[in-house]
Amino acid sequence: MAEQAQATDTGPRPIVPWLKLGPKPHLEGIKCVCGAIYLDPKRVACSKCGETDKFQPLALSDKGKVYVFSVVHQSFPGIKTPYVTAIVDLPEGVSVRANLTGVDPEQAQKEPNKIFNLPVELVTGVAAKDREGHDVVAFSYQPSKN
Amino acid sequence: MRNVYVLGTGMIKFGRYPDKTVPELGGQAAILALKDAGIGIKDVEMFACGNLYQSNAMVGQRILQQIGQTGIPVINVANACATGSTAFREAYMSVAAGMYDVSMAVGVEQMGKQGLLGGAGGGDPAYSTEGKVGSGLMPAVFGQAGIEHMRKYGTKPEHFAKISVKSHKHATKNPFSQYRNEVSLEDVMNARMVAFPNTLYMCCPTGDGAAAAILVSEDKLKQLAGGRKRPKIAASVLTSDPWTDRDLTLPDVSTLTRRASKQAYEKAGIGPKDIALTELHDCFATAELVHYENLGLCGDGEAGKFIDSGGGMHPGLGGHDPVNVSGGLLSKGHPLGATGVANICEVVWHLTQDDRAKDRLVPNAKAGQAHVIGLGSACTIHILTI
Repeated sequence: MAEQAQATDTGPRPIVPWLKLGPKPHLEGIKCVCGAIYLDPKRVACSKCGETDKFQPLALSDKGKVYVFSVVHQSFPGIKTPYVTAIVDLPEGVSVRANLTGVDPEQAQKEPNKIFNLPVELVTGVAAKDREGHDVVAFSYQPSKN
Repeated sequence: MRNVYVLGTGMIKFGRYPDKTVPELGGQAAILALKDAGIGIKDVEMFACGNLYQSNAMVGQRILQQIGQTGIPVINVANACATGSTAFREAYMSVAAGMYDVSMAVGVEQMGKQGLLGGAGGGDPAYSTEGKVGSGLMPAVFGQAGIEHMRKYGTKPEHFAKISVKSHKHATKNPFSQYRNEVSLEDVMNARMVAFPNTLYMCCPTGDGAAAAILVSEDKLKQLAGGRKRPKIAASVLTSDPWTDRDLTLPDVSTLTRRASKQAYEKAGIGPKDIALTELHDCFATAELVHYENLGLCGDGEAGKFIDSGGGMHPGLGGHDPVNVSGGLLSKGHPLGATGVANICEVVWHLTQDDRAKDRLVPNAKAGQAHVIGLGSACTIHILTI
């Protein structure tokens, strides 16, 4: 029965397992007792300390700061270019890779110093429809509004 | 461990060979290396073959099916861009350990014309994250490695561009190079942007190629060299990426290179000032810049100054501490599995004043190093001395 229920479920799906959907979409990682944080929950052991079964789920902040970025001008078919890809440092001590929206790519190239440490916040949006008809939701970061 | 020497080398011009097969390309390089060594395939006791794209298809054995099936042990190696250099290291270890006296390493790749490398494959394309959740493609990954340097030290896009100008200038002297055209700083800066700050000329091309080396023990060297001086493998180091804070999000190409470099200098008993030439993994201009510091050619944060003062440029062109006098990956090309062996060939040719490098010889070269990074990650460094 459960399988049938899932087959008819047409609700949105996250593009990666560390994006949690719901009323307040957010990222969730796992944290090892040694302090290392991972985004992907599929993990045999901690690659920093080697411990197994010492992980706890950790809800991650919606806000962070840009560490570095690049402006991608050539990509796969269907991906609109140029766009900004960024590594965002979260206050919990983990880094996330995502698109950076709300920033002019050409301007970012001219004045990269203005992008470093830029405060940003998480936003989500439908990025595609999968073969079963589900909306696939992706996340990106945009400059913080406050 | 026993001393190991490079008795012979062979390489075909990097380029595009749509009418050849991978075993043909690898076999050609092997024959060149055997001839250079003055031996035949029947003298080879062990063979390590590096190839990435056909790594499930017994390329080493298929090369022997082209040049001589002698029944020797063959291992096929895949280690991303460090595939060829890892195969070379396997051949080195088999002689160093005393198992064999003569081994052969071949690196070969046929990539043809293809686009961007990296990104995830398989499954429902709706869940492909490329371009939707940032970029994992090589130009963006290595673009960010350069931007990290800009952030830390105020490095400018012009610094990366100058590396491309240098590479292309060097390549005009190398008949084995895929591209041999000179480019100006304006050409590089105004070229189509691929992923900031890397423009088209700051990205290595794809292509086909093969290179080979014959390695021997000291006893065999005395027997076979006929009085020729051959380079000793003073260090052969392989590292993988240790845990660092951002490595799983933004591959850290520096830490494993620094570890490998420290080990290699210690094993060889020399330092960066003793190195006459460096062939390093310039898959992108941004990568070359950070490796100047990673390999100790200049201090941390000084790569920009190093470039501005002629660092990396051939001494014959007014530079110092020459890097990638072959043209490097940016111009010579980067057929993935061939690269690591080809870099070692280049170093050998300078140490032995080989005719194949006659228009670009670094004077009085007594020691040189070849560095490779395979993203994922693997780093090899070989130091050769004569």
